[in-house]
Amino acid sequence: MFRFLIGRLALLVPTFLGVTIVAFGFIRLLPGDPVLLLAGERGITEERYNQLMEQFGFSRPIWEQYFDYLVGLLQGDLGISIVTKKPVVTEFFTLFPATAELALCAIILAVAIGIPAGILAAVKRGSFFDQTIMGTALIGYSMPIFWWGLLLIILFSGILQWTPVSGRISLMFYFPQPTGFMLIDSLLSGQKGAFTSAVRHLILPAIVLATIPLAVIARQTRSAMLEVLGEDYVRTARAKGLTPFRVVGMHALRNALIPVITTIGLQVGVLLAGAILTETIFSWPGIGKWMVDSIARRDYPVVQGGLLMIAAIVMVVNLTVDLLYGLVNPRIRHN
Amino acid sequence: MALLEIRNLRVEFDTAAGPFRALDGVDYTVEGGEVLAIVGESGSGKSVAMLAVMGLLPESATVSADLMAFEGIDLRTMPAAERRKVIGKDIAMIFQEPIASLNPCFTIGFQLDEVLKAHTSLSRKARKDRVIELLESVGIPDPLRRVSAFPHQMSGGQCQRVMIAIATACEPKLLIADEPTTALDVTIQKQILDLLTDMQRDTGMGLIMITHDMGVVAETADRVVVQYKGKQMETADVLTLFENPSHPYTKALLSALPENATGDRLPTVADYEAMMQADVREVQP
Ligand SMILES: Nc1ncnc2c1ncn2[C@@H]1O[C@H](COP(=O)(O)OP(=O)(O)OP(=O)(O)O)[C@@H](O)[C@H]1O
Ligand SMILES: [Mg+2]
Repeated sequence: MFRFLIGRLALLVPTFLGVTIVAFGFIRLLPGDPVLLLAGERGITEERYNQLMEQFGFSRPIWEQYFDYLVGLLQGDLGISIVTKKPVVTEFFTLFPATAELALCAIILAVAIGIPAGILAAVKRGSFFDQTIMGTALIGYSMPIFWWGLLLIILFSGILQWTPVSGRISLMFYFPQPTGFMLIDSLLSGQKGAFTSAVRHLILPAIVLATIPLAVIARQTRSAMLEVLGEDYVRTARAKGLTPFRVVGMHALRNALIPVITTIGLQVGVLLAGAILTETIFSWPGIGKWMVDSIARRDYPVVQGGLLMIAAIVMVVNLTVDLLYGLVNPRIRHN
Repeated sequence: MALLEIRNLRVEFDTAAGPFRALDGVDYTVEGGEVLAIVGESGSGKSVAMLAVMGLLPESATVSADLMAFEGIDLRTMPAAERRKVIGKDIAMIFQEPIASLNPCFTIGFQLDEVLKAHTSLSRKARKDRVIELLESVGIPDPLRRVSAFPHQMSGGQCQRVMIAIATACEPKLLIADEPTTALDVTIQKQILDLLTDMQRDTGMGLIMITHDMGVVAETADRVVVQYKGKQMETADVLTLFENPSHPYTKALLSALPENATGDRLPTVADYEAMMQADVREVQP
């Protein structure tokens, strides 16, 4: 187990280095540059342009810029936003709770619905129920997030007027945010209606973001369950005279969860990618929307730093999942 | 009243290639304290018959019988919840692959405790003691430490011992052992068979022993059912069967025993299949 951990940690170094190159290179491959976009429609004189490029350090050779970026990274410095002039790290941690709240709610939704749906589909294999669930999952999986989000907005915000279209909470409310999680902070604030407002803002984006992971988890649970239900030890559990609920929900599920947990871990990357679109559709003030806005403004330090932070989160989560995998699987734990 | 009485058992599987009859009109009777051996080559329906008794066949199987009674009560008409009170308690079963038969995610202590929890009203503390006692009774060394072991940390023979402990935890009246030693090393086979027969003698439970091995039959059984391709060829007590086998297929099985070897190779069942067909042709005019 310890050697396994060391091996995984060692692998993080080259992965991380790769991410820095991609993050650094990607934004510079896009046409345009931050100074031109900062100047906007007013335009800018050539003299002033060169002066600003010099000031931001963008006129130096590219490898020098990359080297500076790496040196900064090693010191925990992600640079300063060209647009807001605030440190990238500060901005990241201000906005991250919004994304974390959305992603967490989405994954809870996906797991809470996906796993039971997958189990039922496997137990009632081939039934109408099974076919309905798997058909729906396939549609959910193939649905473009953007289109699906707009569809929900049109129905629930437009026609039914049940939910607001954007933001995290109604502008009526203002309170301190010790945790950064609106659901918790609104409860702590004690203001009447604040929590309900937060829930109504969160529900649609959470559903949109949960859709793909939900479909993936349901399908994976079903196939893992089908495999496990045919195993000898499930027959043994039945031969003990245990209730079907215990046979399926305990003996089979415990084994089926092993591959499902890996799948759930992989969904974190999917979630963060999905958050970029979802936050943009719902004007959700998180890092996804921050990234999109910063790319549009060619805010090099923000894009470089933000992508790196997102990659770091995905890597940490995947590592945690690998460790968890060892915990739920006794055969790995003891090797 | 017989412990287990089955008349005219038929099992049909719904397969992609159409219905398949795995078992066609077999009878079994087991008296209390008796050892019944079921022999027959692979695919003759030995396992299917016993899984039918346990109610463990998949949904694709259709079971029918004139009678399928345990202690005089028909298992088929029992509601599922009632039947679960009998299965695992009064009728228990162990299987061919001991390691695969135990759940890899739970300790053997947990898997043993579970049966006690399901079928007895023992307290947690009493169950804990009983688990140790059971592991001891099946010959697991150092049971206090082994309760927290996982199946993959034990050998096949030890896993089969644990399976026997699970099966006998509630002192069943009938134990079904489906080729309990086939997957084990030859040296271990003998130990497991001895354990089973000792336990059977000590507790007086009925035992159904499924096997390919006529040697095992000779050593353990009181009575024998010989099966071939889903049909019952012969039922006899063990002495009669060995001294005076009436069916050619039984003769074939018996002569496949090493001590009956003539010439430079063992006769195989296939040799006798040819013989049987010749027999049939002779009988027909
Ligand atoms: N779930 C199933 N679906 C379809 N056919 C099955 C199923 N289970 C068993 N059979 C068939 O029923 C027949 C009897 O199988 P069974 O497992 O009882 O044989 P067996 O006598 O126990 O053989 P072995 O000595 O190899 O264990 C075989 O032809 C087998 O292919
Ligand atoms: Mg069998």
